[in-house]
Formats: sequence, C-alpha cells, structure tokens
Amino acid sequence: MSVAAAGARTDDPGSRRLPDGRWHRMEIGFWLLPIAAFFLLPGFLVLGSQILIVALFALSLDLILGYAGIVSLGHAAFFGVGAYSAGLLVTHGWGEPLSGLVLAGAIAALVGYVVSFLVVRGEDLARLMVTLGIGLLLYEAANKAAFMTGGVDGLSGVVMWKLLGVFAFDLGGKVAFAYSLMVLFIVFVLMRRLVNSPFGLSLRGLREGGKRMPAIGSPVRSRQVVIFTIAAGVAGVAGGLLAQTTQFVGLEVFGFPRSAELLIMLVLGGAGRLYGALIGAALFMIAQEVLSGLNPVYWQFWIGLLLVVVVLSARGGVMGAAEALQASLRGKAI
Amino acid sequence: MKVALRTEALSKQWGGFRANSDLNIVLPQGARHALIGPNGAGKTTFINLLTGVFTPTSGKVYLGDQNVTHLPQHQRVKRGMARTFQINTLFPGLTVLESVVLAVCERRGIAGRWMTTVAKQREAVEEAENLLESLRLLEEADALTRNLPYGKQRLVEIALALATRPKILLLDEPGAGIPSAESAELFAVIAALPADVTILLIEHDMELVFRFAEAITVLVGGQVLTEGTPAQIAADERVKEVYLGEARHV
Repeated sequence: MSVAAAGARTDDPGSRRLPDGRWHRMEIGFWLLPIAAFFLLPGFLVLGSQILIVALFALSLDLILGYAGIVSLGHAAFFGVGAYSAGLLVTHGWGEPLSGLVLAGAIAALVGYVVSFLVVRGEDLARLMVTLGIGLLLYEAANKAAFMTGGVDGLSGVVMWKLLGVFAFDLGGKVAFAYSLMVLFIVFVLMRRLVNSPFGLSLRGLREGGKRMPAIGSPVRSRQVVIFTIAAGVAGVAGGLLAQTTQFVGLEVFGFPRSAELLIMLVLGGAGRLYGALIGAALFMIAQEVLSGLNPVYWQFWIGLLLVVVVLSARGGVMGAAEALQASLRGKAI
Repeated sequence: MKVALRTEALSKQWGGFRANSDLNIVLPQGARHALIGPNGAGKTTFINLLTGVFTPTSGKVYLGDQNVTHLPQHQRVKRGMARTFQINTLFPGLTVLESVVLAVCERRGIAGRWMTTVAKQREAVEEAENLLESLRLLEEADALTRNLPYGKQRLVEIALALATRPKILLLDEPGAGIPSAESAELFAVIAALPADVTILLIEHDMELVFRFAEAITVLVGGQVLTEGTPAQIAADERVKEVYLGEARHV
C-alpha cells in the first residue's frame, strides 16, 4: 500500500521537495536509542535525564535561532523562569508533576511574549544584547528575591508527588528518565509538525530573506513574536523538568553559561534541523562528562577545540556533515 | 481614468540630502510607466517610499483613493502593491518552489497555519507551480535558490512579486546585470502581464524603456525633470543633456 502510494506520487505535485512531515526510517531508529538506554544502561539514567532535558532546551533555541534566525544569548532566562515556577509551585504545596510542568511552560511563555517585543525590534547585535540583558536581569532578580527563591542557596525541598499518581521519582532516575523522554518526545512531535507547516516555512523565510518577507505580505513582527513566545514556553518546560526531576533549583538556571553552552550545542549538532539540537546536546553533555572525568580542570579546552573544528570543517554541524556525506554517497551511486 | 497610485509632494531627506523632493506622480490603472534618470537620481528611494520601506519626510502616498503613507509594508502588499528588487532579495536557502509557495500562502492568508504540512496545501502548491511554469522555471522548482544562475534568480524575483497577485507592480531594474538575450525573455514575461496590472518600471536600458513604456518620468537629483510620452522624452533636449547625453559620453 505504502509503496503504491509512493509510486503514485512521482507525477503529482506531492513528488516535489516540500515539507510533508513523513517520518524517515532513521528517525525511528534515533528514537529507539534512548529507549534502549533505558533498559540496557541503568547507570546512565541520571546523566541521561539531564541530556534529555537539555536537548529539549536546545530544541527551543533551534526554533528561534535555527528556524526563524533570531539570535539569543539569554535563552536561559525562560529556562530559569520555568524551573523556578515549577519549583515554587511544589514548595507552595502543589506537587503534581504534569500540571506543574504545563504551568511552568505557560509562565515562561508569558514572560517570553513580553520580552519578545523588545527582541524583535532590533537587528542581530541588538538582539544579542537585549537577550543577554534580560538573562542577567532575571539572574539578579532571583538572587535578590532570596526570601522566595532561596537566593544563592537555591530552592530545595522540591518534593514531587507520584507521576500520574503511580510512579514515585526514584534515586536511580528511572522514572525521571522515562518522564523526561516522554515530555521531550511529545514536544518534539509538536515542533516537528510546526516546522513542516506553512508557518514553519514562513519562519525559514524570515531566516533566509528577512528583507523580502514584508515584500511578499508577511507580518514579520507578529510571526517573530509568536515563535519567540513558543520557544520561551518550551524552554520553560525544560526548566520545569529539571526542577522536578532534580528536586532542586539553583540560581545557575538563569546563568549566562547555560545560554552560551546552549548555543554551542546547537552549532555542534547543526541548527535549523531539530535533530541537530538533540544530537548537539547529547554530544556536549557526554563530552563534558567524559572529559571532565579525565581532567576536571581543563575539560573546556577540548570542548573549545571541538567547537572550532566543527565550525570550520563541517558546515551545519554534525547534521550538516551527515547530510553532505549522504548527498555525496547518493551522487556516487548515480 | 481610474488612478491606481498617486503621490502628493512626496519627499525624503537624509540630513541635508534631499533624495526625493516634492514628487507628484500619478499612475492610471493599467499604466505602463517608466521612471528613468541617472544614477543617484532617487529612483529606488522612490520605490522604497511607495512600498513603505522608508517613511517619507513629508508628502503622501495614495493607493486608489486610500492614503497608505503610514501603512507598514506587508499591508500595502495586501492591498495589491508588489515590487521586485534591483539587487536580488530572495530566499537563498529555500528551493524555488518553497519560496513561491511561501509567497502564495502569505497572499492566501494561510502562512500562519501550523497543524498541517506545506505539501498538503495543494491549491497553493499548484498555483505556485503554474506560476513557475509560466516563467519557465518549473525545471528549477526543487533547486535551492542560491544554486540558480543569476538570470534565473532575476526571474524568481519576478515570480515572488507575481505570487502576491499585484494590482500595481513596481519593477526596480528587473534586467540589471543580465545579458540582453536573457533580458529579452524577461521583458517578454513583463509584456505578457494582464493589461489591468499597473506597472512602474525603473530601467537603465533606454531601448527597453522606449519599447515598453507609454509614459516616462525623468528623475534628476530627486526631482521630476519632465514627464511625457516616449516620443516627447526622446525629443526633449534637457533629457538628452542630463541622461541620454551622459550615456553617449560613456
């Protein structure tokens, strides 16, 4: 059936190279990896949850940077808002994970919506500075509001209720990993829809031809506001997940390093491809774990070297290199 | 005579430099109007004022009888004004078809949809393909815009403008930088546009201008030097001096 359908496509408009949202076999294989890890690598699950959460965070940056071409050095602001929202909700007596996560995303989206009006006004450099500034602002605000956030000591006592009323968060991180994976996958599927849609095409239009967009009748500002708000919401969900699964929120969720590392991950993996964000996050976190194990002081040296090599040699990061390889193999086959 | 586009004392000043001063230009519906003038005469500035890229220092722009002076660019497009760019302003990393589909989706008001895929917008895709076919770009539909030869990219410029189904089309040197053999093809496309589309053409190639235009405005130093039929302009001594003469000297 599917073969016949694919065969019929060659003559009609559907055979053109347009985003159609069909799942590739490689994608299914990709998602089997974390499931396999869950069953086969119990010792990996704590780090694994961290990777999944950061991957979700990187996805949110990919929406604005990779797709819409909006640079940001302060994306951690929304991660932090989500983390504190989720954390404070628990310390104020509501420990139900899913509703807490939704609320964390909604609050971060609201903050993102307000901030977006400052961000869409400027050009790249102005955007870098505005987003950087917002990040610093929120960091210090959380620091000052120690009565609420715990300040530099962080917010502890984030004790979650059972997930779905059944699964208690365990020390081995099994529930945290499965929970993070489910959330990541659900958000990923939604984002995958979004980037393959006409709206997603218009985002790529913004990135590729920002000057042309108004000339074809596109309301550029409102598109940017929408995607910035969505990205902030997703970042908030990622922050909320971190708070819920580690049962702690530290000031560093707002920190500049978090925003900067996020950019590195996205560039390593390849921006504007969704999977690049996931691969970049995994690569960065695993490299960090391995390298800091080898030498706890100088591990950033190797990350820096890796970054420079990837940026200079592989356009589009790991995903870009894979695509180039695939294209050249196909070329040889013909 | 129905007026499609009209400016009233339109001026743009940067510091002490008057790029456009007191331009009163009227384009009847269906006009084939050319705007000529030496480099730096303010032709592209005029287009940017018409389309809303710049805000005028003073003066007004009317689409029909509607004052659009303070409307943002995209809303002027929605009201039927489209332009091409002198320097390619395309979507280099999108395929040709994606670019045109995007423009069609924007016009149809469906570019904000996100629960469906681009490939499923059958009507928009079909419309885009028909447009590409009419411009003989269909073979390049799946190529990335940045990989097209320059002459084809100039055609994509026009395709993107036409995808908005303009009532008024502003063409800013559509043939800039392409050899005359290819520009003949390009102007055949322009000549074949529906008669009720109002066209304002900026062009340096005098031969093309005289063949295409029914009326010509000569801009010098941001001001209208004269206006008339091609025959009148060709006979005007001042025009010869500042413009045609200059070309002869080169």
